[in-house]
Amino acid sequence: MSTIFDRPLPEDAGDTTEAEAEDRLVIAAAPHIKSRETTTTIMWTVIASMVPIVAASAYFFGISALLVVVAATMGCIAVEKAFGKPGALRDGSAVITGILLGLCLPPAFPLWMAALGGAFGIAIGKTLFGGLGQNPFNPALLGRAFLQGSMPTAITSFTAPGGHFWTIHRSTLAWPFMQVPKVDAITSATPLGLMKFDHAGTPLLNLMLGSTGGSLGETAGLVILACGLFLIWKGYVNWRIPAAMLGAAALFAALAHGAVPARYPGALFTVFSGGIMLGAFYMATDPVTAPVTNPGRWIFGAGIGALVVLIRFWGGLPEGVMYAILLGNCMVPFINRATQPRVFGTAARGRRQEVAP
Amino acid sequence: MRFGFQHGVHPPDAKELTAQVPLRRMPYPEELVLPLKQHAGKPAKLRVRLGQQVQRGDVIAEADGWVSSPIHASAAGVIKAVGLYPHPDGNMQEAVLLAVDRYSPQIPRPRMVPEWQGLSREEVVEAVRRAGVVGLGGAAFPTHVKLVPPEGTTVHTLVINGAECEPYLTSDHRTMVEFPERVIFGVQIMMASLDVPKAVIGVEKNKPDAIEALRRAVPAGLDITVLPLTVKYPQGAEKMLIRSVTGQEVPSGKLPVHLGVLVQNVGSAACIAEVFETGLPLVERIVTVSGLGVAKPANLIVPVGARIRDVLEYCGGLTPAAREVVFGGPMMGVVQPNLDAPVVKGTTGIIALTLDEIVRKPALPCIHCGRCLEACPVFLNPEKLAALAQLGRHDEMVAAHLADCMLCGSCSYVCPSGLPLSQMFSLSKGAVRRRKEAAA
Repeated sequence: MSTIFDRPLPEDAGDTTEAEAEDRLVIAAAPHIKSRETTTTIMWTVIASMVPIVAASAYFFGISALLVVVAATMGCIAVEKAFGKPGALRDGSAVITGILLGLCLPPAFPLWMAALGGAFGIAIGKTLFGGLGQNPFNPALLGRAFLQGSMPTAITSFTAPGGHFWTIHRSTLAWPFMQVPKVDAITSATPLGLMKFDHAGTPLLNLMLGSTGGSLGETAGLVILACGLFLIWKGYVNWRIPAAMLGAAALFAALAHGAVPARYPGALFTVFSGGIMLGAFYMATDPVTAPVTNPGRWIFGAGIGALVVLIRFWGGLPEGVMYAILLGNCMVPFINRATQPRVFGTAARGRRQEVAP
Repeated sequence: MRFGFQHGVHPPDAKELTAQVPLRRMPYPEELVLPLKQHAGKPAKLRVRLGQQVQRGDVIAEADGWVSSPIHASAAGVIKAVGLYPHPDGNMQEAVLLAVDRYSPQIPRPRMVPEWQGLSREEVVEAVRRAGVVGLGGAAFPTHVKLVPPEGTTVHTLVINGAECEPYLTSDHRTMVEFPERVIFGVQIMMASLDVPKAVIGVEKNKPDAIEALRRAVPAGLDITVLPLTVKYPQGAEKMLIRSVTGQEVPSGKLPVHLGVLVQNVGSAACIAEVFETGLPLVERIVTVSGLGVAKPANLIVPVGARIRDVLEYCGGLTPAAREVVFGGPMMGVVQPNLDAPVVKGTTGIIALTLDEIVRKPALPCIHCGRCLEACPVFLNPEKLAALAQLGRHDEMVAAHLADCMLCGSCSYVCPSGLPLSQMFSLSKGAVRRRKEAAA
C-alpha cells in the first residue's frame, strides 16, 4: 500500500536543506503515534504458535497428518486468492483457517475433502460476508461442519497414532467421488467415542501427551495448552474465553461425574479429551466471532463450555465442541448488546447516579 | 488514598529527550504574529493602529465579553500589519504582525504590582482577566472564568494538573522543577480567591524531581498535597485526574464543579503567580521543542507569537527524517501544515516526528479484538461507534454517548488494524454540531 509517507528520502541526507525537509512534512490526524502491534503481526504470530501443534500431530500420525493440514490450507488460500479482496492473503487469516481446519480432521482424511472443506469455509463462511472481520461464524468450523454433513464416514474414521512416519494411508490419496478405501491402518475409536459408546475410560496421561486416536490437533492436550498460554502472554488471545469455557466444562463434568461416576467422565478427562482444548484456545477466541466486551466473553465461554458437556453427555454425538462454538457464534450479537460497557459518569443500568452535593 | 482511573494506554513517553534540559529563553525573532483568537471563547477586539509603537506587555486587543481574553504585545516594536495569517488551528485567522524593535531592552512599562492579600476576590479575578491568563495545558480556556464558579455551586477542592501525560512534553515538568515556589504561590492565590481550603497537585510518578521540588516548596499551614499519580495516558485529562484524586466520576454532561472540584494547570498557576509578582501579563510561555525530527530538543521560554520556523531554527532546524510537526503532544496535538503559524498561549510543545516514531500501519478491517474498549478511559465502545460513523448514523452515535468522547486518541493508538477511530469521532462530532447549528 503506497501512502503519502512513502515519498523517497534523498540519497545523501547530509545535503538536504531545511526547505527540502519542510517539503516532506505531511498532515495527519491525531494521534500522531501508534502502537506497533498490527493485525497482520497478530495473525502471523498465531500461525507461528500453531507450529508445535502441527509438529505434534505429525509426530503421532506421520506425514499424512501434515498433508491434511497442507491440503486444507491450500483450499483456503485458493479461495481467498480467487474471491477475497486484493491483498487479503497477506493478513494471514486464511492460513489460520486452513491450519485450524486441518487440525480438526482425522489423520487419514482424503486430501481432496480437506481442500474442499477449506474452500467451503472461506467461500461461504468468510468472503460471502465481506471478508476479514465480517463473518459471523468461525470459517474453519463452518468448513468442518460442512464436511461432517457431507462425508460423515470419512470424518469419523480415525487411525491410531504410531506407525511409520512416511506411511501414507490409501484413503489420504483417494480420488474425489470414488469409493473411499477403508482406512488401512489400525482404526481406533477416540477416547470420547470409547467413553460414549463403551463407557471405557482412557488413561489421563495418554490424553495429555497425545498417544490416543482422534483428530490431528486434539490429541496432545498439553502442547495446545502451552501454545495457548503463549498467545495469552502475548495478549493476542483473551484469557477470559478459554478460562470460562474450560472452567464451565470442568464444573459441569465434575457435577455429573459426582452424581453418576460410572457413566460420566470427570473434569480432567473432559478438558483434555476431544477438541475442547483446541477449541478453547484457538477457535472460540477468534476475535471476529467472539464478543468484544469482557463480561460478554465470560458468558460466551461459559455457554460454550456448558454446551460441550451437554452434547457429549446427553447428545447423539461423542463430541460437541464444533457445534457448541458455532452456536456460541450465533449468540455473539445478542451478548454484545446485553453487555455494553457503562459509560464513565453514568449510572449502571437500573441504578441512580449519585451526585455529590 | 489512591484511586486512579481504569483503562488508558501506555505509549512510549520519549520524555528523556528533554526532561533534564533546563529552560532557556529564546531570543526575540524579527517579527511576531499575534492572532486575536488564542483562547476558547470569542476572539479579542483589536485596540491598536497600524504603525503604532508598543511596549512589551501593552494591550493589543481587548477581551470581547466575559468568555474571552485580552492579547498583549509580547515584545516592544511597531504594528506592521493587521490581516489574515496562518493560525495553528490550520486556518487563516485575523492577527497582528509586530515588527520587533531590535534595540529595545524589552523591559515592560512600569506598572502597579497588586498586593494580592489586600485584594478582594473580584479584584484578584479582574487582575487575572486583564493579564490575559488562559489555561496553559493546551485548551486555553480563560482562567478567570473558571475562578468564578457558577451560581449555586461551591468548590471544596482545587486540583492542579501536573500530570503531563502526553508523551514528549516536559514544559510542565520543567516549570515544576525550576519554579516550584511560583507554582505554589499561584495555587495559594487561587485558593484564596476561590475560598477553597484544600488543594491537590497531581503529578505523574515519572517526575520524581518535580514531586520533591513541589513538596519542599509547600509552606507550613497550607493544605496543599502533592499526589504522585500512576504513569498512564490520559492521566492528565480533567475527568481522569479528578477520578484519580477524589475517586469520583464527573457525571456525564456535567462540569467538575458539580463534584465541588476545580482543575487548573500548573503552568496557569505559575502564570497567575507571575502576574502578582511582576505585573507582567501573559506574553511568553514555556514550550517543549522535541521529537527525533528536531536537531536539538529543548525546553524554551518563547514569546507568544513567535513563528514555528523561528523556534525550530533556534533548535537547529528539522532533521531530514522529520515528517510531521505537531503542536501539543503526539496523542492529541494538532499537526501544523504551515511553519509560518505562530506559537500561541495554548501551545505546550512543538513536536517534530520522524517516520520511525509515527509507526505506519496498513488500514485493515476491524477484527473486533476489543482493544479499543479496553483502552477507552470513558468506557465507550469505539468499535460500535466507528461502525455507526462509517454509516453516517450520527443520531445513534449521540445515543451511544459520542459527547463523552474527549478525543484522547487511546483507541486509535491501540487499534491493530490501524483504523483512524478518534478521527472518525472528531468528524462525527463536527457533523452533529453543524446540524445542531443549522437547526437552531
